[in-house]
Amino acid sequence: MSKKSYRQAINEALAQEMRRDPTVIVMGEDNAGGMGAPGEDDAWGGVLGVTKGLMPEFGRERVLDTPISESAFIGAAVGAAATGLRPVAELMFVDFLGVCFDQIFNQAGKFKYMFGGKAVTPLVVRTMYGAGFRAASQHSQCLYPIFTHIPGLKVVIPSSPYEAKGLLIQSIRDDDPVIFLEHKVLYDDEEEVPDEPYTIPFGEANLTREGEDVTIVAFGRMVKFANEVADKLEKDGISCTVVDPRTTSPLDTDTILESVEETGRLVVVDEANPRCNMATDISALVAQEAFGALKAPIKMVTPPHTPVPFAPQLEDLYIPSPEKIEAAVRAVAGA
Amino acid sequence: MPKWGLAMSEGTVVAWYLGEGAEVAKGDDLLDIETTKITNVVESPHTGMLRRQAAPEGATLPVGALLAVLAGPEVSDAEIDAFMAEFNANFEVEAAAAEAAAPEPETRDAGGVAINLLAMGDKTQDTAPIILVHGFGGDLNNWMFNQPMLAERHRVIALDLPGHGRSAKDASAGDMAALSATLLASLDALDIGAAHLAGHSLGGAVAMQTALDQPARAASLTLVASAGLGRDINMDYIEGFQRAGRRKDLKQVLQALFADASLVSRDMVDDILKFKRLDGVEQALATIADGAFAGGRQASVLGHRLHELEAPVQVIWGADDQVIPAAHAREVPATVKVHILDGAGHMVHMEKAGEVNALIEAIVAG
Repeated sequence: MSKKSYRQAINEALAQEMRRDPTVIVMGEDNAGGMGAPGEDDAWGGVLGVTKGLMPEFGRERVLDTPISESAFIGAAVGAAATGLRPVAELMFVDFLGVCFDQIFNQAGKFKYMFGGKAVTPLVVRTMYGAGFRAASQHSQCLYPIFTHIPGLKVVIPSSPYEAKGLLIQSIRDDDPVIFLEHKVLYDDEEEVPDEPYTIPFGEANLTREGEDVTIVAFGRMVKFANEVADKLEKDGISCTVVDPRTTSPLDTDTILESVEETGRLVVVDEANPRCNMATDISALVAQEAFGALKAPIKMVTPPHTPVPFAPQLEDLYIPSPEKIEAAVRAVAGA
Repeated sequence: MPKWGLAMSEGTVVAWYLGEGAEVAKGDDLLDIETTKITNVVESPHTGMLRRQAAPEGATLPVGALLAVLAGPEVSDAEIDAFMAEFNANFEVEAAAAEAAAPEPETRDAGGVAINLLAMGDKTQDTAPIILVHGFGGDLNNWMFNQPMLAERHRVIALDLPGHGRSAKDASAGDMAALSATLLASLDALDIGAAHLAGHSLGGAVAMQTALDQPARAASLTLVASAGLGRDINMDYIEGFQRAGRRKDLKQVLQALFADASLVSRDMVDDILKFKRLDGVEQALATIADGAFAGGRQASVLGHRLHELEAPVQVIWGADDQVIPAAHAREVPATVKVHILDGAGHMVHMEKAGEVNALIEAIVAG
């Protein structure tokens, strides 16, 4: 056990699964770098260096640099998954899903259902999401609600290095297509991560804080903010439970409902745009299943319904901040 | 501030049992300290008068920080002030040095099995060291209230059984003979001839098997809430421990380990959940449970053979044990000393650490 970054945790998960299972391959734009043109081998490891070191250990046969054509290489990964490999394809930014969405939602997500349950599609699409990186509107979105909407896809949003390693290994071993969303601002976060391989099951929420007054449900990077707020408010006498669902599909509705039944107050924090996001989904769930337990109206903390702004001041205002989360918690707590 | 377990870096003063001016005997309860993992009592290491409480209730201090000053009445207040000022002025440096010197666990090849162990205390001691063996689902950190204290006068080695802690997760042969063989191989790997063996629960049965197979290797035997003395075993606990995947379920299971269920902290539950998620653990625990507790009964009962041992043997139990009944302590020959401690459950070595440490000290002293 030692401290590892979110980036190292993901890299270690990939390397350990590639050692364990020869059918695991990695593919994406500059996943190694230096292929197809004069250049340095293993120069990149993906745009932020997550896959660096895999090509020297596993070779070009299993670590593929692809052309800048998501429709082609995501399609190739779906086909490889359907015919016996376990590909981990890197969609550099989730914002690029538009050019390869048919391959994901109408092909990979449907095979099991269309072919009598006989087809397995053990595909993982790793992809970066989230604002705060000064990368403007085409490289900063939180599009996980779109994947969550599609039956047949599993959607994983790790909130910390420990979570990232265990959830990625689970994703690779899963026989269904999994969308694995990495928040680009978390890559340098560090925590204790076991050296051994381990798995975290899907559909089991994690309670990162346990309290009595307010339930905060948060996703990905927002879990970190929610924890900060919970720790701060604990000192002011407001104790919060923070629920990290880990996966939006499958979603652990039981844990969310149980917690709201205990606290009677709910704040949902979602970095995705506010129409049809996880905040509206969970609010609807609680309104339908636990209305009688609510002591205050549900609050949602989300960005506004706009693209992510490029101006840094506006981008900072756009992201749900700990201050906004704190204000929402205080409002539902009546304090 | 004591250091309980490798991960502890600070602790919070919960409550003082004694006020300034109180006469204190060695072993008296001084105060309760809470860490993220557990709350425990700090016992006085010396006899004297409690002249100062150096930390108020609620204060969070790093390991090694000053908690109390004990001195006779002849020492002046000015001298105590000067001592505290000097201690606190030098503390940062010493804390850093202590941190650097903190013992690190190491991995040894024990007959082809990678065994993780933690050695503490003076290696030059020529008497037999103390070997601590944890129970089913545990790890060497279960001895956090025992190992550092015993290591003040002895060389003390705690190890992780196969399938546990940071040892190899392959426990393909998980029966008592295989576990005992690994314990012997660990002693060989450490060049230890005879050792004072102390085992808890399943680890007690392993130590007992080892002592009976190789009597020359056991300088003494301490069986703490030990398996191997009777047939009963709480399978709700054994199966619940294996099955529980969520914090809430596991917490409920773990509460059966303690007389005081509130000792089960978030961090304790989290650490065990993280252990259970490691590749190979589920299988290893199933193999060991099938070997040791097949059909809901303990497979290996050896207590009646303890008279074969020339080395001293003692049995320690918590009166409120909900995992293995304390009545098993009576299933031993009359030559074995039996100590049943009130107000403690299965984790008697954590809940009544001071008393258990004193009993181990006594058997080691002979």
